[in-house]
Amino acid sequence: MTAPGAASIPAGWSRPAETLAAWILGLLWVLPLAYALWTAVHPGEYATHFVPSAPLTLENFAKAWQAAPFARYFLNTILLCALILGGQLVLCTLAAYGFARFEFPGRKLLFALVLMQLMVMPDVLLVENYRTMGALGLRDTILAIGLPYIASAFGIFLLRQTFKSIPRELEEAARVEGCGPLQVLWKVYVPLARPVYVAYALVSVSYHWNNFLWPLIITNSVESRPLTVGLQVFSATDQGIDWSIITAATLLTTAPLLLGFLVFQRRFVQSFMRAGIR
Amino acid sequence: MKFMKRLACTLAQFVAVALSAGVLAQAPVEVSFYYPVAVGGPITKIVDGFAADFEKENPGIRIKPIYSGSYQESITKALTAVKSNDAPVTSVLLSTDMYTLIDEDAIVPFDTFIKTDEDRAWLKGFYPAFMENSQTGGKTWGIPFQRSTIVLFYNKDMFKEAGLDPNRAPGTWKEMLDYAQRLTKRDASGKVTQWGVQIPSSGFPYWLFQALTTENDALLMNAAGTETYYDKPAVIEALQYWVDLARKQKVHPEGIVEWGTTPKDFFERKMAMMWTTTGNLTNVKANAKFDFGVAMLPSSKRRGSPTGGGNFYLFKQSKPEQQAAAFKFIKWVTSPARAAQWGIDTGYVAVRPDAWETPAMKKYVADFPAAAVARDQLQFSVAELSTHDNQRVTKALNDGLQAALTGTKTATAAMQDAQREADRILRPYRK
Amino acid sequence: MTRAAAWTYGWLLVLPAAALLALFTHYPAVTTLWHSFFSTPRAGRASVFVGLDNYRGMLDDPIFWQALTNNLWYAAGTIPLSIGLALLMAVWVNGKLPGRAFLRLAYFTPTVLPMIAVANIWLFFYTPEYGLLEQVTKALGGSSHNWLGSKSTALGSLMLVTVWKEAGFFMIFYLAALQQISPSLGEAAAIEGASRVYFFRRITFPLLMPTTLFVMVNAVINAFRLVDHVVVMTRGGPDNATSLLLYYIYEIGFRFWDSTYAAALTIVLLAMLGVAALLQFGLVERKVHYQ
Repeated sequence: MTAPGAASIPAGWSRPAETLAAWILGLLWVLPLAYALWTAVHPGEYATHFVPSAPLTLENFAKAWQAAPFARYFLNTILLCALILGGQLVLCTLAAYGFARFEFPGRKLLFALVLMQLMVMPDVLLVENYRTMGALGLRDTILAIGLPYIASAFGIFLLRQTFKSIPRELEEAARVEGCGPLQVLWKVYVPLARPVYVAYALVSVSYHWNNFLWPLIITNSVESRPLTVGLQVFSATDQGIDWSIITAATLLTTAPLLLGFLVFQRRFVQSFMRAGIR
Repeated sequence: MKFMKRLACTLAQFVAVALSAGVLAQAPVEVSFYYPVAVGGPITKIVDGFAADFEKENPGIRIKPIYSGSYQESITKALTAVKSNDAPVTSVLLSTDMYTLIDEDAIVPFDTFIKTDEDRAWLKGFYPAFMENSQTGGKTWGIPFQRSTIVLFYNKDMFKEAGLDPNRAPGTWKEMLDYAQRLTKRDASGKVTQWGVQIPSSGFPYWLFQALTTENDALLMNAAGTETYYDKPAVIEALQYWVDLARKQKVHPEGIVEWGTTPKDFFERKMAMMWTTTGNLTNVKANAKFDFGVAMLPSSKRRGSPTGGGNFYLFKQSKPEQQAAAFKFIKWVTSPARAAQWGIDTGYVAVRPDAWETPAMKKYVADFPAAAVARDQLQFSVAELSTHDNQRVTKALNDGLQAALTGTKTATAAMQDAQREADRILRPYRK
Repeated sequence: MTRAAAWTYGWLLVLPAAALLALFTHYPAVTTLWHSFFSTPRAGRASVFVGLDNYRGMLDDPIFWQALTNNLWYAAGTIPLSIGLALLMAVWVNGKLPGRAFLRLAYFTPTVLPMIAVANIWLFFYTPEYGLLEQVTKALGGSSHNWLGSKSTALGSLMLVTVWKEAGFFMIFYLAALQQISPSLGEAAAIEGASRVYFFRRITFPLLMPTTLFVMVNAVINAFRLVDHVVVMTRGGPDNATSLLLYYIYEIGFRFWDSTYAAALTIVLLAMLGVAALLQFGLVERKVHYQ
C-alpha cells in the first residue's frame, strides 16, 4: 500500500532533476544557518573567508554570553511564552466553546468583531497600546508584553472550527451522564481537539519567541526584556557589526527552538495533519 | 530654668535631626539612568563598575544603570518613558537631542545645581567644542560624557605600495582625491579590487557630510536651532565633491555605503582610507592586521569635523533630591581621572583637557599617539547639526544626501528639496 | 438547556477573551481614529481639533506615498512567491525524494530564527565586495553590486529575506493538507492516465484551497506587520526606498513624536488590512471546497 499522499504524485516525471532542484533549494535555505555556525566557531578574521583549515574556537560564545545577561533573557522569554500560551489556551478554549455551542444574541456580530483581530494585530496599534499599558501601570513588565496577545482571534477561530466538527452525539452522551456544560467541555471537546492544541502551541511559541517591535517599545529593563530585544545589543554598536559575536549570540538564543524542532518535527507535522488545518 | 529650656530645645532639635537623618539614611535615593552602548567591548561591565564605585563612596545613593540600545533607541526609550510619567532620573543621550528634549519639556538645566565655585570651575573645564551642543539660551542642558569626532583611518601598507609616504595622511581635499586615485586598484577586467577612500552614507550620512561642509567653511544651522542652510553654494559644493568621488572619479564605492560594515571593509583591505568615528579606535587597533594610521580630516578651506556622541541630561520628572544625587554622580564620573579611563576604554575623546594630563592618559597617548588625533582636531570642530524637531530636520538632509549619492537627484536639486522640507518643519519655531 | 441558561453561559464563556480583545484591539483602533483628527501636543502648544488636516498632509507627503507603494510592491512580491515556494516544498517533501527529512528541516529552520538575528546574517550576504553573494557572483565572473545600497535593488533584497523566512512555515500547513488527500484519488487518476501536472491542477490544488486561504491570510498580515528587517538592514533607506508603512509609522510616532500623524497613518494601514481581509474572505471563499 502506498504511503498516504504519495500517490498524489503519479510516477513518470524526471525524478533526478526534481531531486536536484529540491536539494539545491534546501541547501540555499539552510545557508544562513550554516554561515552562522561557521562564523560562530571561528575567530573574527575568518568570518568572511571560508578557509577550511581555520582554527575552531568557543571564544565567541563566551564573549556573547558575557556581553548581555542571556540567562535572564532566556528566563524572561520562557516565562513570556508560557504566560501567553497558557492564557491563550484557557481563554480561547472558553470563547471558542461559547461561540461554537451556545446560541446567544449578538453572537454573530461578536464573532465578526473577534475576527477583526486576525488582521489588526496589537503590533499595528503600538502607540495606543503603549498608552493603555501606561494607564494600567504595567509598563516594563513581562505581563505587558503578553497581555495584548492572550485573546487570540486565530486561536478562537481555529478552536471554534474544531469544536464545531465534533459530533453532537458525543456531547449528548456526556449530558446524559449528568455533566454540566463545563464538564462537557473538559471531558469531550478538549481531549478531541488535542492535535489542534499542539499545532497551535507551535505557532504561538515560535511567534512570540521571535517577536521584536512591541517588546522593544514596552520594555526597558533587563528584568523584563526578551531575547530578541536583548540580541539587539549586537546590532546597535557604533563600531559596526561583529558577525562572529552576533552569530554566536543568535545560536545561543535559538538553540532551544532548533533542538526542539529537531526532536519533535514528526510530531509537529502529524499534529498539523490531525488538526485538519486546511 | 532658662538653661533647662535651652537644653531641652537643643535636645529636641538634635533628636529631630537625628531622626530625619536616620529616615533619610534608611531610604537611599535611587538614580536610574539610561545609557546607550555605541561602541563594542565590555561597556556594560565598566558602567556597572562606575555605579558600584560611586555607591561605595556615597552610601545614600543607589545608581541603577539601564542599557538602552543605540543612541536612536535610547532617545526613543527616554521620550516614551517621559510621556508615560516613568522617566529616568538621568540619561546619556545624543548631544543633538537637546532641543527635542527641551521642546518635550523633559529636562531641566544644570544651572540650579551649579552653585559653588568648585562646580563652576568644573563646568568650565570641558572642551568648548563639546559645550556647543550642550548649552542654549544661556543655560547648560547637557554635560559631555562620551564624545567623538570623525577621523581618517588609513592603511599604511597600501600607502607604501602606492609609493606614498606612510606617515603622511592627505591634508587637503585635492590631496585626498589624488591619493585616492593612486590607491584605487583595478583588476584585469576593470573591476575595482581596492577603493581609495570610503565615507559611509547609511543611517546618518548628515554627520559625515557635516565634516565636508565644515571643511568647506559652511554652516548647516544657526545657534538657536531654528534655521538650516542646506542649499548654500558651499554646502552644495561639498556634496558635489562627495558625489564626484564615487560617480566621476570612481575612487569611492557607488551607492550607499553601510556604516556598520565600513570598519570590517577596512580590515578586509577593501579600501585604503576610511572616514569614521574616533570611537572605532579600539576596534581598529584590535582587528586591523596591518599597519594603520589615524589623521585629522583633510581641509578644503579649513580643517573641520562635527563633534558627536552623548551628553548627560537631567530629567524633569524626578524629585529634587534624585536630581541632586544624579548631579553628584555626573560630576564624579566626569572627573579627570574617570573621564580619562572612559576615553581609554572606549575610544571616545576624554571630554576635559585635564583628563588628558592624567598619568594614565599620558602613558596611553605615548604608547598610542593615534588616540590624540581626535583631541587635536577639537580646535577645528564645530557643533553637530542640531535643531528643533531634530530627527525630522536631519531626516530631510539624510534623504537628500542619499538621493544625490545614488544618482536619483543632482546635488543642487537634492539640497534645495531638503532645505524646503526643513523650512516647512522649522517654520513654527521661528516666532 | 434553557434559552436563558444558554445565553448566560455563552456570554460568560466569551467574556474574558472579548474583554481583552476590546481593550487591546478595538479600543485602540477607535482612539487611533479619534486622535488622528487632532494636532500633536508639543511643549507650549496643546492639542487642538484639526479635522482632516492630518489626512490632507498625508496626501501631500511624498514619503507616505513612497512607503505605501513600497508596501504594495513588497506584498505583491512576497505573498505569491512565498506561497508558491511553500507549495512546491510541500510537494517535494511529501513525495519520495531521498533525504526528505533533511529537506523538511532545512526548509523549516528559518521560521525558528528571530528576524533580528537573521537580518544581520543577511546583511553579510549582501555586503558589497566580500559578502557571500558577492563572493559567489565573482566566482561566476559577475561584477560587484551594492544590493542594499542602491534604490533599485534594496526593496527586492528585503523581499528575498522575507520569502526565505516565510516559505518554510507555510510549507508545514501545505504538508499537513497534502497528507490528508486520499491516496485513492491519486490511484484513480493514475489509472485514467492523467499527467502529474493535470492531476495537480485539477485535483490537488483545489483541494488545498482552504490551506491556501489560511496561508494567504498569514502572508498578507506579515507583509504589513513584519518590519524588523527594515529596522536592522536599511532603516528605510536609501532615501526611503525600503520604507514600509508600519516602519514609517514607527518613525513618525517614536522618532519624530508626531503622535497624531502616526495615528492617521495607522488608520490607512488598518484600512488596507481591512480591504485585504474582505477581498480574501469574499473572493477566495467562493472557491474553497471543504470536505
